[in-house]
Amino acid sequence: MAYSDKVLDHYENPRNVGVLDKDDPSVGTGMVGAPACGDVMRLQIKLGADGRIEDAKFKTYGCGSAIASSSLVTEMVKGKTIDEVEAIKNMDIVEELALPPVKIHCSVLAEDAIAAAIADLKSKQQAKAS
Amino acid sequence: MSSLNIPIYMDYSATTPVDERVAKKMGECLTQQGYFGNPASRSHSFGWRAEELVEEARQNVATLLGADPREVIWTSGATESDNLAIKGAAHFNKKKGKHIITVKTEHKAVLDTCRQLEREGFEVTYLDPMENGLVDLDVFKATIRDDTTVVSIMHVNNEIGVIQDIKAIGAICREKGVVFHVDAAQSPGKVAIDVEDMNVDLMSLCAHKAYGPKGIGALYVRRKPRVRLEAQIHGGGHERGFRSGTLATHQIVGMGEAFKIAHEEMADEHARLSNLRDRLLDGIKDLEEIYINGDLKQRIPGNLNISFSYVEGESLIMSLKDIAVSSGSACTSASLEPSYVLRALGRADELASSSIRFTLGRYSTEEEVDYTVELIKTAVSKLRDLSPLWDMFKEGVDLDSVEWAHH
Repeated sequence: MAYSDKVLDHYENPRNVGVLDKDDPSVGTGMVGAPACGDVMRLQIKLGADGRIEDAKFKTYGCGSAIASSSLVTEMVKGKTIDEVEAIKNMDIVEELALPPVKIHCSVLAEDAIAAAIADLKSKQQAKAS
Repeated sequence: MSSLNIPIYMDYSATTPVDERVAKKMGECLTQQGYFGNPASRSHSFGWRAEELVEEARQNVATLLGADPREVIWTSGATESDNLAIKGAAHFNKKKGKHIITVKTEHKAVLDTCRQLEREGFEVTYLDPMENGLVDLDVFKATIRDDTTVVSIMHVNNEIGVIQDIKAIGAICREKGVVFHVDAAQSPGKVAIDVEDMNVDLMSLCAHKAYGPKGIGALYVRRKPRVRLEAQIHGGGHERGFRSGTLATHQIVGMGEAFKIAHEEMADEHARLSNLRDRLLDGIKDLEEIYINGDLKQRIPGNLNISFSYVEGESLIMSLKDIAVSSGSACTSASLEPSYVLRALGRADELASSSIRFTLGRYSTEEEVDYTVELIKTAVSKLRDLSPLWDMFKEGVDLDSVEWAHH
């Protein structure tokens, strides 16, 4: 299978690999997928005092396109507000990485990871506020 | 140090290059200046000479098997041989019984042939191998019934390289009066064959896994006691009626030469490939959480099939793009499917690991093995650093206890 140059670039040099403190109230963690399906993505985002995402980290078990999709997402979310992050759609990832149709599920998984991380972040923020 | 040719070929169980010595002989059987005659032509020297070459090749194949040349039938390859042997023997003996025994780890050419016979009303038992890939002889023996007519068990497994105890299985079949077919496509040049000692009735062979050409194979058919088959391809009555069709002189000569070399050089190759395989295994054995699939002792020297836990198959293959290997897990668009062979071994952690089959051969070198070792170590540690599953494993989380969001 031929991979696009952008997928190869993210696969060879993945951005923002790592772990944030999941107990930090300003950190949202989303883990989606399943080993049996061949991909598991963990995306973490850290909300800054200015209401923008100041850091993002990922780890992904999956094919090259899944790794590239999650790597790209960590770049895309940085500096954005939660509303802006929520507006990111899987097709943005498909376009940016030129994913073939059989790999679209990787981008869907990345979108799910964003949603899960935001949901976690919001619930922590609410817990803090109340 | 010799230079490396990238990509490195480590898929010798898929196919092999044709040996130069074989290619030369084959080239002599094609053109006007060569031996192009039809071996079935009885009225002129072109035919006679071609027939001599075909019979010389038949002798070479027979010698490797410890057989009589009259017991060797040319076919198009091991798949056709498997079809002819199993269908031919099952059909011929259908008045005696309609039960067939084979193993879940057989090649698709055997399994799909058995499936076809099931559609025709035969009953097939697919034995589970033991965890090491070998057949449990007691279980096998207990499976044989009065209406069992054919047993088909492979010699060397193509994926995990394990060698079944054909001699013991053959003795049981002989005692029970059951026709014993062996798919030995992976055996020539790697492990000794003696059809007499092993009590084999039918044996499928091909040339292209032993440095011969693709498109040619043979079926050994025992004469004493005679094994009867119903032909599957009808026509001019070639090969004593077992398999009609004009003999492909150049292909046959190629197979004969390849088998002659395989027979002569087996001892040396065995020692050399054992060393290379051990070198490969020694190089990576310190990696954590890796598992060898299939028995390591009862195995051909050139095969190493390893599962790397918490590493996804497609990305591992992507990282190993400089080496041509085969993946035990075929990754489809949305899921990782472990091979049916590995699944039959009952690997519990199969879903979160990827397996790679490395098969070494006549042209493999120490430099290639060393390069591969470094590549694997780098790739596996990189992918594990990226893997949330590896983190969880390190934290002591039991992955089976996690409720995954299946998508």
